Amino acid sequence: MKLVAVTACPTGIAHSAMAAEALEVAAREAGHEIETEIQGAAGGPGLSAATIAAADAVVFAVDAGVRDRDRFAALPSVEVRTRRAIDHAGEVIDQVEAAARRAPAGPATAGSGTPAAPMTSAAPEGASPAEQFRIWLMTGVSYMLPFVVAGGILIALGFSIGGATRVTGVKDWPVLGDVFTSKLLVGALLFKIGAVAFSMLVPVLAGYIAFGMVDRPGIAPGIVAGLIATQLNAGFLGGIAGGLLAGAVVMLLMRIKVPGTLSKMMPVMVYPVVATLVTGAILVLVIGNPIASAQSGLTNWLTDLQGTNAVFLGLLIGAMMAFDMGGPVNKAAYAFGLASLDSGNFAVMAAVMIAGMTPPLGLALATTLRPRHFTEPERESGKAAWLLGLSFITEGAIPFAAADPLRVIPALMAGSATAGAISMAVDAQLRAPHGGIFVLGLIDGKIGFLLAGVVGTAVTAAGVVLLKSLGRDKAVGLGDATAASSARAGQGVTARA
Amino acid sequence: MTFTIDSLVTTDLVALDLVAADRRATIEALADRLAAAGRLTDRDGFVEAVWAREQETGGTGMESGIAIPHAKHAGVTQPSVVVATVPGGVDFGAEDAPADLVFLIAAPAGADDVHITVLSKLARRLVHESFRTALRQAPSAEAVISILKEQIQ
Repeated sequence: MKLVAVTACPTGIAHSAMAAEALEVAAREAGHEIETEIQGAAGGPGLSAATIAAADAVVFAVDAGVRDRDRFAALPSVEVRTRRAIDHAGEVIDQVEAAARRAPAGPATAGSGTPAAPMTSAAPEGASPAEQFRIWLMTGVSYMLPFVVAGGILIALGFSIGGATRVTGVKDWPVLGDVFTSKLLVGALLFKIGAVAFSMLVPVLAGYIAFGMVDRPGIAPGIVAGLIATQLNAGFLGGIAGGLLAGAVVMLLMRIKVPGTLSKMMPVMVYPVVATLVTGAILVLVIGNPIASAQSGLTNWLTDLQGTNAVFLGLLIGAMMAFDMGGPVNKAAYAFGLASLDSGNFAVMAAVMIAGMTPPLGLALATTLRPRHFTEPERESGKAAWLLGLSFITEGAIPFAAADPLRVIPALMAGSATAGAISMAVDAQLRAPHGGIFVLGLIDGKIGFLLAGVVGTAVTAAGVVLLKSLGRDKAVGLGDATAASSARAGQGVTARA
Repeated sequence: MTFTIDSLVTTDLVALDLVAADRRATIEALADRLAAAGRLTDRDGFVEAVWAREQETGGTGMESGIAIPHAKHAGVTQPSVVVATVPGGVDFGAEDAPADLVFLIAAPAGADDVHITVLSKLARRLVHESFRTALRQAPSAEAVISILKEQIQ
């Protein structure tokens, strides 16, 4: 059996290291493989995502909160105090082995639980509401991330192979013969597959936010909520709202106590049907209209502003591009850019594009400069964000924004507003609606355009680093009082099966 | 800078066959050693910090007969460990298991990764019975130091 263990104690000096050693010794004696992560004062390498994915179960031997606990959401788990792991490591290993055997294999079924019983959520008991909220968002983001990376990189490759302006014009799916004869159609194939992956961003985000709240019953209503948010052009913020709503509806349904045989009906029939209907109806009826009118209102407003101070317009468009990345505000700015393009004003599109490039670029820079402000998956996806930003794939910033919206979005807006304003000030001109660095040839005023990008990226990164270091709870396990007070009482098996 | 067990514990910081009335007296006696070695500028403050950890954890005694009272404190000038054998045993909160091997661990408030790494290497060795037995049977402070050196690279 492959096991992973996380040990943590408030000072991070002694108990966590002893617990790790004791668990390693006991696991090997019992014939298991084990890797441990000591969360304490010494950073040390954490468990890799691959190791966690390959593990059969996880042991938490902790006297303090577990950092990034949602990484282990799919695994059966046993949680004990460090002292028990030190004194009775063999028994703890037996417990986790039993928990792993009880749990059906694979993350898809983890946490399915006894249907009528309240489901355990990924959030630790006793977490503050803000912390819990963050954990729900992080759960959604962690499942969305592979879609962002797959879609973003395929689209960028498609642009580079087939030409950004041309691949987006290909209507039909290429057939087998095409890929041997036409570079354009190879690019189009990659672009289209990437675009399909991107169409799942918001549904997966919403579905797995709901999953983080209520486990499996949340997935169906959450994903449907995300699909509806997409159709309503509500963007990822709409998806977050939809996911939270779906989770909340399921939570309420779980409170309804029904007798005997009826209780078996609840998870099979009632949760999916009622939760999906209620969530979907609320989204469509309550936010559908306001979103649509906000978008057309903003577009009209921008049109009226045409001809006013160009730098101000650039500032505004930039901030709008970064606000909701695919939501109504972003779409209004982009639509205004397209309309300007059609009417022969090429400066607005240049501002739109550079403002859409700086969010992923700024985040990529921030993960490089201050890795400690980011989770391991964020640091890794920061590398892909360079390519996504250069390709004008603003979606590369969504995972960061969705995980920590209040800190990340203002920084993205500041950087994009700066980039947009500079681009307008130097009067860069662009004759293509997408493509990023791949359409640099179509840009007049390249130096100014690139300058806008560099300064915007720097402002974004500086803003993210600043906001992330303000008002953030110290990471748990650093030997401060907050860590001690969040220590979980008692020991017990929390197998998620 | 390389940081090894040598700078963590010296023969001055080994107390063989300590006799102490209780947990508090043990901690105080070991803290006195640190102060005498010039590794502690605020002896009383450090003792209180260690005591607070004892209360929080319900005692740092383990069923294997060891105890690891510890704290990070600004009054600690360099990361240090005091090793004591207490043949009579002293209660450190482990059920039915008075501690006869006590490690008082002192870390400066801003201890860096290098220091913590050495401390956690020591903590890891404590899990092994052979290591504990060797320390319990060590005839002299010098022998304790050489066991530590041998076991913690």
